[in-house]
Amino acid sequence: MKRDQCLKLIAKYHRDEIVVPAYQAAFEWLVIKPDAPNFIAVGAMGQASSLALGLALGLPERKVIVFDGDGSLLMNLGSLVTIANAAPGNLLHFVCENGTYEVNGGHPIPGKDKVTFAGLARAAGYREAHEFSELDVLEAALPGILRAIGPVFVDLKVEPGESYPQDFTYMHSPAAREKFKAALQQPRRA
Amino acid sequence: MTKEDGHRIGASVEGAAIVDAIKRSGVEFVVSVPDRVTSETVLRQVASDSALRLVRVCKEDEGVSICAALSFCDKRAILLMQHTGLLDSVNALRGIAVEYRLPVVMMVGLLGHESDAVPAQSRSYGVRIVAPILDAMGIAYEFLHRAGDEQRIAPAVERAYANSTPLALLIGRSPV
Repeated sequence: MKRDQCLKLIAKYHRDEIVVPAYQAAFEWLVIKPDAPNFIAVGAMGQASSLALGLALGLPERKVIVFDGDGSLLMNLGSLVTIANAAPGNLLHFVCENGTYEVNGGHPIPGKDKVTFAGLARAAGYREAHEFSELDVLEAALPGILRAIGPVFVDLKVEPGESYPQDFTYMHSPAAREKFKAALQQPRRA
Repeated sequence: MTKEDGHRIGASVEGAAIVDAIKRSGVEFVVSVPDRVTSETVLRQVASDSALRLVRVCKEDEGVSICAALSFCDKRAILLMQHTGLLDSVNALRGIAVEYRLPVVMMVGLLGHESDAVPAQSRSYGVRIVAPILDAMGIAYEFLHRAGDEQRIAPAVERAYANSTPLALLIGRSPV
């Protein structure tokens, strides 16, 4: 399934959840859902899951969704154990598994076609771990996944979809973080 | 402080005083990988203090991100670690704390530091390079060495959050 199709599907169900998208998922999510409370995780590769954990712990009444990359998660695998141990009920951790460092030239990740990300999350102690490779199966499960008590892990086996602008200038700008702060202050949808 | 001053360095800072100062700073979360310098007298107290929430991380750079993210939630945090963890976290500090100007406060045990020297003159290479690296990164730091130095914690934390900048509190010898 195409990554942007997955993100569009999740956007359909998105209400006021905080979203922490990393790299390629961030390029796409910012076009698909630009006005969500988006905390863009591009400052240091691998840190999306830890940033999401900080937000989940600091705002326990809000759901936090992270769109990690597979290469990014491999760079911070210990965060799976940290998250499972902290056990934030409001954290939903997606990884977009494409098997490559897509933003950095498309080179394969170590463990491509060998590593099982959902297995890693399950072994780390996540409450639930799922994997999907079919869009309609994902759609059927998504409402339940969004309602589930976390930490929940979802491996999306994806391939590139449409092309999206890589607006690093905005992503790194103070404006991106100011917009997130302002979004946090918005009244929540009932 | 010179080596000649070493005999006059006085008593070590107390762990209980450090924990009190952390709480007076409005800190709610302590994020940590255990550090031998602070393990017994700071981290163990933090772990048993119901006013503080301890988040145990596998690697210190996770803590940089967790502390930074908590600042968006109006929550104050301290990342308690060894100087080796700081060295391991340079990229996260570069990207998230410095370039994004976020208040990541670190308390760093200088394992291997001699009690009679300033860190920059330590015989330990790892300790000796900490301050120059912080200088190069533009990260402010305080050296907490003897009893009474804990008084500098709350004002320094206040400045870090007021200015939204990172801060390192360097612990030169094991608190008592």
